[in-house]
Amino acid sequence: MTRYSVWNLIKGGLTGQRHWSRAWRDPDPKPSYDIIIIGGGGHGLATAHYLSKHHGLRNIAVLEKGWLGGGNVGRNTTIVRSNYLLDANSQFYEKSLKLWEGLSQDLNYNVMFSQRSVINLAHSKPQLDSYARRGNAMRLNGIDSELLDREEVRKLVPLLDFSENARFPVYGGLMQPRGGSARHDAVAWGFARSADAHGVDLIQNCEVTGFKIENGAVTGVETTRGSIGAKKVGLAVAGSTSHVAAMAGLNRLPIESHKLQAMVSEGLKPLVHQVITYGAGHFYISQSDKGGLVFGGDLDGYNSYAQRGNMPLIEHVAAVGMAMMPAIGRIRLLRHWSGIMDMSMDGSPIIGKTPIKGLYLNAGWCYGGFKATPGSGWCFAHTIANDEPHALNERFALNRFATGHLIDERGAGPIPGAH
Amino acid sequence: MFVIRCPYCGDRDMVEFTYGGDASKKHPDNIEEPDQAVWQAHVYERDNPRGWHLEWWQHTSGCRSWVKVARNTLTHEIAGTAAADEPLALPVSEDAS
Repeated sequence: MTRYSVWNLIKGGLTGQRHWSRAWRDPDPKPSYDIIIIGGGGHGLATAHYLSKHHGLRNIAVLEKGWLGGGNVGRNTTIVRSNYLLDANSQFYEKSLKLWEGLSQDLNYNVMFSQRSVINLAHSKPQLDSYARRGNAMRLNGIDSELLDREEVRKLVPLLDFSENARFPVYGGLMQPRGGSARHDAVAWGFARSADAHGVDLIQNCEVTGFKIENGAVTGVETTRGSIGAKKVGLAVAGSTSHVAAMAGLNRLPIESHKLQAMVSEGLKPLVHQVITYGAGHFYISQSDKGGLVFGGDLDGYNSYAQRGNMPLIEHVAAVGMAMMPAIGRIRLLRHWSGIMDMSMDGSPIIGKTPIKGLYLNAGWCYGGFKATPGSGWCFAHTIANDEPHALNERFALNRFATGHLIDERGAGPIPGAH
Repeated sequence: MFVIRCPYCGDRDMVEFTYGGDASKKHPDNIEEPDQAVWQAHVYERDNPRGWHLEWWQHTSGCRSWVKVARNTLTHEIAGTAAADEPLALPVSEDAS
């Protein structure tokens, strides 16, 4: 692997830039590994990166059914934030945000992390009060937050509907200045390249079709490219968790699979400078570095494993967008896509051990998977390496649904589609 | 997009309906002596199949009845619908992978 640096760029200038090596190898699977990670998406690749680079472990493979980064890591709205109310979420996502801040250096790959701030709009006095409470909870956890009044919001985002006709007038907002967005594909590729450089075998077009379990302990997996032995197996297949976990006998997880759409407009000059979320409907928008407005809204609303969206939801999202920022009404929609979310029963993720020895679960990411990518990989790597969860993820254990220690940020109850 | 056949109103666009989740769940009996494992499974655990799924839809913009639907979560194909108190069998799932 050739290191990306100014020096290597200048040196390459003398030889026609022909010295760059490929970003990662394409190895055949070995008969066995110490650790297998199932799922070559953001979380799986991040886990492999932290296992190899930070825990110094070798003999690791990542098995991916399709191609690296073909799932949810490339099917999101790339928002990164840690503006949560509950301690477990707050502290975990803040760890993740801190990892984002040094990620490009850690990976030697520019993930284009841009801390352009995240602003949640409030459209009533009580809503602004609840944001004050959340902002204070964030500050108690050492996270930056600023409460904005109507005029402060108007100064930052003049395009919002501040007219007298606004159905839901802007009362103010809660801003996290360190929030922002990143380039999603670069995140997958950066983690993949780093993991490969530290000896991890990234095996694509290799679908897991079964698990080998002896005496309650995992000993390997069956795949479309043969049987592969493993001492430990980590599952990072959010979207298809129930489907894959059932092969290991973990039936009936506290998860439903739902699809969530995201949309991007034609490219424009700089227009939306922050990540902005609407408070009177479900809508969030930012502008990519290419210029397209990237936005999304609610789930399509029913169990689905189909990675394609429906028109009624697009219309709904567009209507909410128009209510919030009328100026975007004449902009044309360029593309839309859909990813499959693991919607968990309390809206929070699951990272930890399972009843099967040597099998670890990373699932239930709901809407929050992209921003969690480095934090999730970091915690999952710690859990796999030490066979024990880190303090940051022990509250995300699978058995919290039995013990009653739910982490229900929205207070929506056990209705996965409502989180 | 799909069309759901309401047993009372006939074929209607999906936007008239509201999703109500897994219809294979049955409220636990014997509520006088609740068993925690049974209730945990009822409240929190789901089969979440990739393939045929028995589910509730309410015809909220129509007759407001609850309708039982056999739908494939991978293809969105609907095999059949029934009134809430009628039995509805799922087609045999071929390997959905």
